[in-house]
Amino acid sequence: MTAPAGGAREVLRLQGITRRFGPVLANDGIDLVLREGEIVALLGENGAGKTTLMNILFGHYAADAGTVSVCGRPLPPGRPGAALAAGVGMVHQHFTLADNLTVAENIVLGTRPLWRPGLGLAQASVRISALARDFGLAVEPTARVGSLTVGERQRVEILKALFRDARILILDEPTAVLTPQESEALFATLKRMVARGLSIIFISHKLKEVLAVADRVVVLRQGRVVGEAQAAGTDRGRLAELMVGAAIREARVAPAAAAGAELLRLEGVATAPAGAAPGLRGVDLVLQAGTITAIAGVSGNGQAALAALVAGLVLPTAGRLLVDGTVPARWAPRAALAAGIGRIPEDRHREGAIADFDLVENAILERYSVLTRAGLLSWKGARDWAARIIAAYDVRTPSADLPIRLLSGGNMQKLILGRVLEAGPRIILANQPTRGLDVGATAFVHGRLVAARDAGAAVLLISEDLDEALGLADRVHVMARGRLSPGFGRGQASAADLGLWMSGEAFAEEAHAA
Amino acid sequence: MAEILDILASATFWAAVIRIAAPLIFATLGELLCERAGVLNLGIEGIMVAGAFAGWFAVWSGTSLWQGVAVAFAVGMTFGLLHALLTVPFGLSQHVVGLGVTLLATAAAYYTYRLALPQVTTPPRIEPFLPLAVPGLSDLPLVGPALFAQTPLTYAAFATALAVALVLARTPLGLALRAAGENPTAVEAQGLSVTALRIGAVMAGSGLMAVGGAFLTLSAFNGFFFEMVNGRGWICIALVVFGAWAPGKAVLGALLFAAFDALQIRLQQTALGAALPYQIFLMLPFALSILALVMMSRRATVPAALMVPYRKGER
Repeated sequence: MTAPAGGAREVLRLQGITRRFGPVLANDGIDLVLREGEIVALLGENGAGKTTLMNILFGHYAADAGTVSVCGRPLPPGRPGAALAAGVGMVHQHFTLADNLTVAENIVLGTRPLWRPGLGLAQASVRISALARDFGLAVEPTARVGSLTVGERQRVEILKALFRDARILILDEPTAVLTPQESEALFATLKRMVARGLSIIFISHKLKEVLAVADRVVVLRQGRVVGEAQAAGTDRGRLAELMVGAAIREARVAPAAAAGAELLRLEGVATAPAGAAPGLRGVDLVLQAGTITAIAGVSGNGQAALAALVAGLVLPTAGRLLVDGTVPARWAPRAALAAGIGRIPEDRHREGAIADFDLVENAILERYSVLTRAGLLSWKGARDWAARIIAAYDVRTPSADLPIRLLSGGNMQKLILGRVLEAGPRIILANQPTRGLDVGATAFVHGRLVAARDAGAAVLLISEDLDEALGLADRVHVMARGRLSPGFGRGQASAADLGLWMSGEAFAEEAHAA
Repeated sequence: MAEILDILASATFWAAVIRIAAPLIFATLGELLCERAGVLNLGIEGIMVAGAFAGWFAVWSGTSLWQGVAVAFAVGMTFGLLHALLTVPFGLSQHVVGLGVTLLATAAAYYTYRLALPQVTTPPRIEPFLPLAVPGLSDLPLVGPALFAQTPLTYAAFATALAVALVLARTPLGLALRAAGENPTAVEAQGLSVTALRIGAVMAGSGLMAVGGAFLTLSAFNGFFFEMVNGRGWICIALVVFGAWAPGKAVLGALLFAAFDALQIRLQQTALGAALPYQIFLMLPFALSILALVMMSRRATVPAALMVPYRKGER
């Protein structure tokens, strides 16, 4: 893709956008220009202010200061309707679809006068199918959105914008939920769009894909634009440095010395589905001391069920779970703790910590029985324990007496990590341990998990980030629709290979071969 | 057994079923509108009382019956506006606001009644809606007297059900309402105002609840009594669940409850009625409804955003 000529018409201009959330300055005087037929990538770490900026552009939030203008005309602040009318479409990171409606109903929502009888679904479906064909976005207009996969839902989000003849499309972290193959298909669609004169803003924190798809890259850090470059004239190292604000080197993880004893084994395990999330189906898995085993795959494919099973929250409906070679008499969270399983939950705000408890209380959530003497809790012991974690795990906090909700995500995660690791677990269940963390905190978490492995623990790492899974793990499995792929050792499988398992295709081939 | 069969074969029984169901249908449709848009309206019981009083009071003061219905609708909308303002833009707890509106509306109706009629012991009568036989159809055996010799307001209940079903299923407005109850962000992202949709739905729904109340004073009876709504509002909330948030099924639910109610009144006059305390019979429709609710609502899909306040621009 060649960069458009410098003279291409300007379609969008953001000027001096500033927005505060309480004490946090999310956007600080941001200027951004988008030209016709151009893909601009907005690169930045989580919390850099990318999504806030786009939500201001689309009218979900009003800016405290600054203006948005489309083709030279200013947009009124805080009105998505005006942005839509001006030809701006947005594909949200958390899809804005109603699950109880069909694809066509979601797309026509808000496009006709409210009192006009009839929904015009027949004509709309024809047009949706034509657009889908033109841009390579296959969906069935009459399907109920609740029954679609995430990839299909994203296509519906894009079709919503195209149906309204959007000229400017904003995509917020569109690849976070896609398999590598689906991402490739999305990039092909985006290139078709710009070839027809649409302009695209692509939000991401992944350097690789930014360089693959964008013409120009704008880097945000702490709410400010810190750099801009033509994609053709820059490289990963330079962008990473701009994004983080310091030179970073990609850490290389030494392979495990030797696998130790088998600590946990699943044999043909199935669990019941929980609501929309699938249960496990015929899962075989072995965790050995001194190794990291990663479960890759798009979230919502049974990872929650696997984590709940290992943590003792659910029981298998079929198959066997063995700890140290025996089936535990009663599998429950207490039994899991007793077996030496430490748990870093997926959602640290909801499951990992109690927001209004202070750091000391949160640090002892799984340890209060050890700290109890004659039925009374030893607060001195609790304080010492918390202080130890805060010091050893670099938890940055003014005091251990603050409610934990006041900490940043990274610091909260460090406390949870410390709580788990300091207790000396034999098995560590790390479910999306670096989601939403900045590069520094991510590297810290990775380092500690590797150190725990080297000290002899079995680590079960559940991660949506393929690079993380491939980089850290001694063995990688892929989870898709409740099933688990065979394990691959270091260097045995590429991201593309894993992608075939993520989409479920490889499972079908396996069934044919068998 | 033979007695039950006799009851079921009589036109008066089925006429009673329709009559008892009509106010429930109005109020259930009202609650359904609110809930499809994402707002639980526990003000329903009080709004029915206010509607019953307002409709009757207007007619007693000299308006026509239909004007009385309109007054009730307007009073319902006013309480709906209060409920909606507190729960939608301010995002307060829908349970607390709803119960508050019920207490307020009930007390306001009783207070106004006492202010207007300080000395009265027997409630003054009005001339209620009279049965309107549909020419031709009302002469049919069994079906005729059961279905086609009802009051105009009864026919209106069924017409309203049809209208609500059509609006929800076949207009962009209905589509937007259904989306607002499922994922308000989807509505917002398509350029519509969640706040306006929800306030509108709660006001219209509350108006229908009040008409359900007015049915009692203007069609079922001919005066206003304290305690006359007698928990019908709460039944309607259960009927919405029973009907899985679909207007047609909700109407069927109302008819079923009405059938149990009509049946128990008649059973009391049988030999069985002489043998058992009458409270057992009074309990029957409620017990059977709970049973039906348990069986029917297991697979019902609740609007996903029901009772979740929507705050624009929050993160």
